[in-house]
Amino acid sequence: MPDTPMTGASLPLQDRSPAQPVRFRGGGFAVKTHRWAALLAFVLLIAVWESTNRFGLVSALFLPPPSAVASALAGMAQDGSLWQHLKASLMRIGVGWAMGTVAGMAVGFAMGIGSVARAVGVPLVSAFFPIPKIALLPLFILWFGIGEPSKFATIGFGVFFPTVIATYSAIDSVPRNLIRMAQSFGLPWASILRKIVLPGALPGILAGFRITASIALILVVAAEMIGAEYGIGAFVLTAGNLMLTDQLLAGVLVLSLLGLTIGTVLSILERRLLKWR
Amino acid sequence: MRLIIKDLCHRYDDLVVLDGIDLTVQEGEVLAVIGPSGCGKSTLLGIAGGIVAPTSGTIAVAGEVPDGCLNPVTFIFQDFALLPWRSVEDNLALVLEHHPLSAAERRERIESGLRRMGLWDFRKALPKQLSGGMRQRVGIARALAVRPAMLLLDEPLSALDAQTRELLMEDFLALWQRERTTAVYVTHNLDEALRLADRVAVLSRRPGRLREIVTIEEPRDQRLEPSAQAHLAAVRDRLWHLIRAEAQLADREIADA
Repeated sequence: MPDTPMTGASLPLQDRSPAQPVRFRGGGFAVKTHRWAALLAFVLLIAVWESTNRFGLVSALFLPPPSAVASALAGMAQDGSLWQHLKASLMRIGVGWAMGTVAGMAVGFAMGIGSVARAVGVPLVSAFFPIPKIALLPLFILWFGIGEPSKFATIGFGVFFPTVIATYSAIDSVPRNLIRMAQSFGLPWASILRKIVLPGALPGILAGFRITASIALILVVAAEMIGAEYGIGAFVLTAGNLMLTDQLLAGVLVLSLLGLTIGTVLSILERRLLKWR
Repeated sequence: MRLIIKDLCHRYDDLVVLDGIDLTVQEGEVLAVIGPSGCGKSTLLGIAGGIVAPTSGTIAVAGEVPDGCLNPVTFIFQDFALLPWRSVEDNLALVLEHHPLSAAERRERIESGLRRMGLWDFRKALPKQLSGGMRQRVGIARALAVRPAMLLLDEPLSALDAQTRELLMEDFLALWQRERTTAVYVTHNLDEALRLADRVAVLSRRPGRLREIVTIEEPRDQRLEPSAQAHLAAVRDRLWHLIRAEAQLADREIADA
């Protein structure tokens, strides 16, 4: 039996050169997981930061070491001021975000399912959305006073427009074939909304929540810096004015942890509600 | 149930899609509709099922509906149209929930539909966990759950591989053998039409006009027999002759557009 391969036309191949293994060329773009890389980078960053202070390379006044920030944070937790400031900020975020979200979802839904609401709403939202919402805080203070309502209004207004856009776009992207299917089986309009449109739009709405939660966090800090006695933003501003940079960074750390916590809660919510994806 | 279409025209803005369609689908008949891409086959089906409003013309149904029929004219979709967030059994439940059925009857319809399609063991699965063929079987089971008098099938096998198509054609044949449900079956595939239909309506390229209706004389259950092949080949040639030039022109029109 000759070892020469045969072609389709049963002609023996004359090439007797030695066989070469096929070289793998598919690497380079495959995503690999490096579980400990992020943690290692984080630890390294803190170690370098701490060392620069210990060795006197940077003044602790301008950049206090992580140990001083941690100590300031522990002190705040012990004397209760951390909880007082955190409670005030969380209350403002919660109320402002809820107001903006409820109103934004209602308007977004109306625009998503009603042609008149869409015709009226799209130009209005396009016109108002780019306004930096914090610029309206003085106006809200004029309308609602220096107390809580003006801060709720600023956060609510900032959350409202992205929620409208997220909800409207999410409804718009619900596959039309599912709606046609439901219509073809005679489902009533309200059932189609409840059983098809709402669950179909949920991924887009939840993605919007992620954006609006970040906006609420930014706006609460800005609003508290302009006019508040308590709140993480007010605390950070006061610490800055008094050159207490360890406390300032402790406040920033709290804000960062707050953002991380909100993101984690939303991720859990997404995992629970969107198991089907 | 019969479907009667008279002088049906449909346009999207200035684009005339269907023009002067006159067609009657008889009780218990399977009518295949073929034609080049963009000739309005799916629009015709949408109009027949009441989910697209025709520009002009009349469309009517007549005849008895079976006992327990909840949705006389029922679609089976090319892309299955299953809710991805609902399990297989809940996808069937969706089309029953707005009807005044007892819980026991609802369960019986779901179980019967799923068992007939061999999906009972997969009732808790999500659509993403099923193969394309199984998803289409869920679509068929969903249609059977409402006990339809007429099925409108919009290229139900075109998204599936050849083996799955063959298996599902057997399912359709068994279904029509058992229940004689009237059906309009839109397809691009001549072999599907030859295997499943009693008559084949050929549409011209856009605007879709009815060019001819070709009758397939061979009984459906004998079409794989050697004795049937000569007749089926002749019908196939006839159908291909009718649509070949139209399909070429339609392709060129799409390329130009």
